[in-house]
Amino acid sequence: MSKATIVVGLDGSEAGARALSFAQSQAKQIGDCAITLCYVIEWSPFTFQTKEENEQRHKRREEELQRAREVVLDPAVAKAKTSGIEVEGIVRHGDVADILEAVAKQRDAIQIVVGRVGERGLKRLFGGVTGRLVAGSSVPVTIIP
Amino acid sequence: MNKLFTVAMAAFASLLPTLAAAQEAVGIDERINQIFADYTGWYVSFIFAPLPGTNFSWIALWLVVGAVVFTVYFGAIQLKGFWHSIQLVKGDYSDPNDAGEVSHFQALATALSGTVGLGNIAGVAVAVSIGGPGATFWMVIAGLFGMATKFTECTLGVKYRNEFPDGHVSGGPMYYIVKGFSERGLPLGGFMAVLFSIFTILGALGGGNMFQANQAHAQLAGVLGDYPGWITGVILAGVTFAVIAGGLQSIARVTEKIVPFMGVFYVLVSILILLINWDMIGWAFGQIFMGAFTGLGVVGGFTGALIQGFRRAAFSNEAGIGSAAIAHSAVRTKEPVTEGYVALLEPFIDTVVICTMTALVIVISGVLNQDPETGLYIWNAEAGRIATEGEVSGVALTSAAYARAFSWFPVLLMVAVVLFAFSTMISWSYYGLKAWTYLFGEGAAKELVFKVIFCIFIVIGAAASLGPVIDFSDAMLFSMAIVNIIALYFLMPIVKRELNSYVARLRSGEIVKHK
Repeated sequence: MSKATIVVGLDGSEAGARALSFAQSQAKQIGDCAITLCYVIEWSPFTFQTKEENEQRHKRREEELQRAREVVLDPAVAKAKTSGIEVEGIVRHGDVADILEAVAKQRDAIQIVVGRVGERGLKRLFGGVTGRLVAGSSVPVTIIP
Repeated sequence: MNKLFTVAMAAFASLLPTLAAAQEAVGIDERINQIFADYTGWYVSFIFAPLPGTNFSWIALWLVVGAVVFTVYFGAIQLKGFWHSIQLVKGDYSDPNDAGEVSHFQALATALSGTVGLGNIAGVAVAVSIGGPGATFWMVIAGLFGMATKFTECTLGVKYRNEFPDGHVSGGPMYYIVKGFSERGLPLGGFMAVLFSIFTILGALGGGNMFQANQAHAQLAGVLGDYPGWITGVILAGVTFAVIAGGLQSIARVTEKIVPFMGVFYVLVSILILLINWDMIGWAFGQIFMGAFTGLGVVGGFTGALIQGFRRAAFSNEAGIGSAAIAHSAVRTKEPVTEGYVALLEPFIDTVVICTMTALVIVISGVLNQDPETGLYIWNAEAGRIATEGEVSGVALTSAAYARAFSWFPVLLMVAVVLFAFSTMISWSYYGLKAWTYLFGEGAAKELVFKVIFCIFIVIGAAASLGPVIDFSDAMLFSMAIVNIIALYFLMPIVKRELNSYVARLRSGEIVKHK
């Protein structure tokens, strides 16, 4: 069997950081286990844009990817690596729930770990990101409060 | 940039009193009209000249013949490729690794917001009141053929756009004319590109700006009561300037979201009216088909209906004008043909769906006066169109037809007309700017000059009744089509090569579906 993988959803928040530490301790217990850190930039192909936005889009995308790496992903990867675990970091554009599920499938992950986002009102009513992730995931999902 | 903006705003503000003063001197209107009529009248007459022995302008035929040629040349791509177009818009073929780039849906929605507008509301009413219900049939036919024209121009737009070091892109007919012609070893590419750019700038200031401002004011004054046009003009110009020069993209973003919503709402209301009158839909289609071949009493009979239908379709969906090629070229795709596929949906949505809805509602509502015994429409010779309820035409006729079902509709229509006019102006400021930067080069200061000129013309358009000036700018819009379609004839083998290669790879499975 190939190396076990845990996918961790990061969002730059405290809860995301807690999700990472949880995944680290899990990985240590399992032993031969890698961590994939995933930062998702919320994006939908079905929005309405102005012509200038379209024209600048490619440039903006590059900037978004770079910022996500510098601010959130790279520090997290560096921190996780100090504990001696194999870590990779990826940034994607899209819907958080869809992307985490897709990445988990692709990596043949044993579980997804995410921090709980404090969602209220309408978002709670309609499930929110975490709810949709749980509802649609093909692997176990752990939510860190 | 901020400093530049402040300076520009100040410059713009200092212009306002001058403009207002100019408007007070109404005599200036007439003088400008006279000068324009004297110097440009011959050109306008040339562009809109009828074919000998008919009242069918050759330019409308030019667009329709082009559309038929492209349809035949690409083997009815609009039929064969229709489902593939929808799959592309749905994102079935989008590589997940490209997520975050402009999607096909976004490109289509952006281009549509520039074309869906007054043409769908006012243009259809004009066509139906002059050419009878049968004009709808010919409008749909012209729209269906026009899909092939859009396919051709938008594929080229993406293939030959310019990518600048900072990552932004500029494209459109001027770029594909120059690059495509030199690739094929054809002469005069540079000359035609410059010619196209000049026509685009003038068309943007006229049909894409003054006409829109003028109509928006007419609609506002019609519902709210008469007031001076320069007030509308200054407000519109101020907002537009803030958007296009001040980087107040939030207003543009709001418009881009409201306009599609208005469009969808307009279609939904139309469907609702049709559902309420479902027993009359068959009859209405009967009127459209019968009118298409007999005229049902309109002057000119069959040809009367045909001419109006073809003309309004061209005005409405802009196929062949070249503007859509500018809008679509912002998309980053490995396959230029995919953008052509997506673009061919535009005339379908704009002309085949939305225009037909408007026409059906007008016919069913009974605002067109019909002789109950003969079933023929009553001709109002003085106005040169079918006698209508309240003797109105254009937006007012559409408004009256919808008001028969929903009395609140005219207010909604007023908001829609102003928003559509605004979004068309923003779109055309972009097209004009691209032509401007093609001629004078990219650069903030150079671009600002154009933007200031553009906003000044909004005020002039809203305040004045400049008939000859508007005629001239309409002529410019169609002049774009002359240059563009000639170029398309020379460049269509390149599109064919792209298409064949794409279809072959699609069949072989090299291009895969991701969904």
